[in-house]
Amino acid sequence: MGLESALGNGFLTTKMDTLVNWARSNAAWPMPMGLACCAIEMMAFAGPRYDAARFGSEVMRFSPRQADVMIVAGWCTYKMSHAIRRIWDQMPDPKWCIAMGACASTGGMHRCYGVVQGVDNFLPVDAYISGCPPRPDAVLHALMKIQDKIKTEHSVMLDS
Amino acid sequence: MSLELSEPLQKTVDSLSENFSESLIKVYQSSGDTFIQIEADSLLEVTRHLKDKLHYVYLSDIFGIDRYTSEERFEVVYNLLSLKDRARVFLKVRCEEENPELESVVSIWKSAGWNEREVYDMFGVHFRNHPDLRRIFLPEDFEYFPLRKEFPLLGIPGSIELPSTTPESE
Repeated sequence: MGLESALGNGFLTTKMDTLVNWARSNAAWPMPMGLACCAIEMMAFAGPRYDAARFGSEVMRFSPRQADVMIVAGWCTYKMSHAIRRIWDQMPDPKWCIAMGACASTGGMHRCYGVVQGVDNFLPVDAYISGCPPRPDAVLHALMKIQDKIKTEHSVMLDS
Repeated sequence: MSLELSEPLQKTVDSLSENFSESLIKVYQSSGDTFIQIEADSLLEVTRHLKDKLHYVYLSDIFGIDRYTSEERFEVVYNLLSLKDRARVFLKVRCEEENPELESVVSIWKSAGWNEREVYDMFGVHFRNHPDLRRIFLPEDFEYFPLRKEFPLLGIPGSIELPSTTPESE
């Protein structure tokens, strides 16, 4: 990098995309869509032992307008699906979605008429977490996968 | 069949067989609980008597059973508790598959309202003179009764709508 030496101390050159993605990936604020027992593990994920703050995701936002990642934690009924989709539609772009646990991913043990067999029936899910419920490490893993995904996205430069 | 009834339960059974001998079908015990089956026509009189004369002031629960028989297919069970005598009885009535209908007991126990709505929601048993007989869990435009035996486990595809996956603005 020859340019830095010409610019002097305190400057660096990078791509705008890389800079924006770096900022976004380290400030992915979750929207906790806690529907069942997975929500308890989600609290542990945010708490001091597992500490989602290390990844910039400690701010659980209960307002969809301030959130970036929706964590659907728990089984979702057909009646609830309309509320979830409405909250998802209110989240500003760019946004990502984690289906946490067996129930949110596939319906899990709730194989019946009232439960949606996987929230990907009405939400664009980016990361699925297995487990019933998953350990908080698994949620962190999904969050890191989302961070990896954000870092490969084209934020400013159009993909032409 | 011999019954081992505690004193308050014996009093209940005696009082019912004295006053409603014609509508009393069967009294039996199972797993330590006492079940009294009566004719559906006399449901209101019997429940009124149970509450006013025998102090069954607390209606714990109402639930339905799909017996899946050709006659008297549906059964509704009233779980009654006497706080004064510390006694619990289960009162059973049956109704037919075609237009299953029973008298509502909301006039006796106000708490029956939501319980009867649940039985209606799941089994399609109608309750006459219920103040607000709507579905309680499922969407109001749902056409089926999911706890009936013929209802498939995973439901009828497309019978409950999923949200649109395109936002309203687009």
